[in-house]
Amino acid sequence: MQPTSHAFKQNAKRAMVDTPLQESLRRLETGFTAARQAAADGLPEFEDLRDEARGIKNHVLEHLDLYLERFESRVTEKGGQVHWCETPRDARNAILEICRKVGARTVTKGKSMVAEEIALNPFLEENGIEPVETDLGEYIIQLADEPPSHIIGPAVHKTKDQVSDLFHEHHQKYGKTERIEEPEALVAEAREILRQKYFDADVGITGANFLIAETGSTVIVTNEGNGDLTQMLPRIHIVVASLEKIVPTLEDVSTILRVLARSATGQEMSVYTTFSTGPKRPEDLDGPDEFHVVLLDNGRSEMLGTELQELLRCIRCGACMNHCPVYHAVGGHTYGWVYPGPIGAALDPHLIGLEEARHLPNASTFCGRCEEVCPMRIPLPKIMRHWREQAFEHHVSPSPERFAIRLWAAIAKRPMLYHLGTRIAMAVLGRLGRRRGRFASLPLAGGWTGGRDLPAPEGRTFQAMWAARGGRTGR
Amino acid sequence: MSGRERILGNLKRSLGRDGLDVNAVAAVERRLASRNANLVPKRAARPHAEQVDLFIEKATALDITVARVGGLADVPGAISDYLAEHNLPSEIKMAPDPALDGVPWADRPMLKITRGRAEISDAVGVTPAFRAIAETGTLVTVSSADRPATLNFVPDDHVVVLNASQVIGTMEDMWAGLRADRGDGDMPRTVNMISGPSRTADIQLTLIKGAHGPRRLHIVLVDDGAA
Ligand code: SF4
Repeated sequence: MQPTSHAFKQNAKRAMVDTPLQESLRRLETGFTAARQAAADGLPEFEDLRDEARGIKNHVLEHLDLYLERFESRVTEKGGQVHWCETPRDARNAILEICRKVGARTVTKGKSMVAEEIALNPFLEENGIEPVETDLGEYIIQLADEPPSHIIGPAVHKTKDQVSDLFHEHHQKYGKTERIEEPEALVAEAREILRQKYFDADVGITGANFLIAETGSTVIVTNEGNGDLTQMLPRIHIVVASLEKIVPTLEDVSTILRVLARSATGQEMSVYTTFSTGPKRPEDLDGPDEFHVVLLDNGRSEMLGTELQELLRCIRCGACMNHCPVYHAVGGHTYGWVYPGPIGAALDPHLIGLEEARHLPNASTFCGRCEEVCPMRIPLPKIMRHWREQAFEHHVSPSPERFAIRLWAAIAKRPMLYHLGTRIAMAVLGRLGRRRGRFASLPLAGGWTGGRDLPAPEGRTFQAMWAARGGRTGR
Repeated sequence: MSGRERILGNLKRSLGRDGLDVNAVAAVERRLASRNANLVPKRAARPHAEQVDLFIEKATALDITVARVGGLADVPGAISDYLAEHNLPSEIKMAPDPALDGVPWADRPMLKITRGRAEISDAVGVTPAFRAIAETGTLVTVSSADRPATLNFVPDDHVVVLNASQVIGTMEDMWAGLRADRGDGDMPRTVNMISGPSRTADIQLTLIKGAHGPRRLHIVLVDDGAA
């Protein structure tokens, strides 16, 4: 997808007055957070398992080349094929070539963020191949012609009424002329329409939550079962996965599974965890004849050995966005690219460039909840801070912002000046705001007061109050 | 240079590894060969009979229905009862697995049984299980010529015949069993861990069963003397 991350501020403004979106976001905030907490509380070893999971991935990343080589040799032994793709374009071409070889006309797809990352659907369409999304959320946003707004709930921004409208509009051609409203009926209608598509498709494309070096298996974790139907019914199964998805053994994957669903939806296990190894065996009655793994780098190999390496532990559970106050306020589309929320704010600048994504690392209150809940203990705020520094150093921030930061730095380095300045400011603001206790508008602070009042300071600086209580100050 | 060489080259450069690093190779080999479980939660560490109870408790909480029967002879009756309860036609598509041959199907002549992979018209699929994991109430099936995986996903109703002796504590126990059965590193085409009927929350986070896979999942649990 074409990123719109540079327009974060405009996107956010629109999102905050979008009533259906705000309604959906409120639902998400309460639903996911409570479920995760209950699941974490239900397993005494949960915190220790997070440490183990982090350790497994750290070990993998230090030996990523070797594990990938092993994975490839296992896939090949089982009759499958690994396609190494440096760029999104390499990956798209590899997939197209496989599809062309069998003259594919329709492709069913399980949910895959990497497929979004490489913008696969428009490319297939341009080349005369119809991609059919089968995850219900992905199906909804495909009808709406929108990108996903959440990494595990792509249509989480849509209300039931909006889904009703979409189905009513797009299902006429299947003879479904009545507008239905109940979620159960909506799900049943999508089920009925997609069922035949699974059987008719020439190629099934899924993502992978894990790749296992020990066995050459790919693993998908879903609740709907669409990924399974996608990979077992067509003649060809293509897995698109980024290369950091690898884990050493079946035991290692088991450990990470224990934190994945709990962090994502609060389930102990997602409904379907499926291990696929090679194409169907000669005597099997079902399964694909060909098994391909399209392995995407897209700049990840350069993250190793840098501040960004820890991001490669991410298992895309979505917990960081489920717990992010900024995501709750503006939703996923505001971030303007495939990965929203804190993980997007930390990862997107690397994948689409800091110039385009420079607002994202600022879209944070630094409350630290993302890091608290991240099952892989990724220091997301630290990485966002890293990007802020980069943006400043490389002159990516606009000049008024840079000027303000430099001015602040100059003052902050001179304690006398700093204390004088803050004393005057606090005294003035305290006096002006004394009557109402808050400001409805304030020069230079329109960004804040546009949406809410600014509480008036009480007239003295923190340093002054601290000193009055006998605390030591840096003066 | 191929994409493969360039990617591997980049990785090695980023990791500061040029040439063959024997220590790194040894670390990887050790890990792959160790088969050591990581931290395993204690929840399922209990005698087998209690593991079976835990499995039933967990599976039931996941909206799986469980009918416990005394022996293989009771399986046809249990399946007929299930079909009747849900107003389903007396017709099943069953895995061609010899493990199900010991069931006296002829006792229920009204039950129409065909065997093979699932087709779009099949309403009820009947399969054996490989194991069942007590820790989370998860069923495990493995694919083979006798056990087509489509039976787990295509029909609206999935009925699993599970022996109590197949209930184990954890995923790690399950992998140990698979390795013992097939030899190290040899995975079947598909291993399915199934924790409930198909569901979705993609419309307004409302939980709805029967998204794309089975709407219902039923277990006939056979007490085969091990529990
Ligand atoms: S960064 Fe952590 S919390 Fe966010 S999606 Fe990745 S693993 Fe989950």
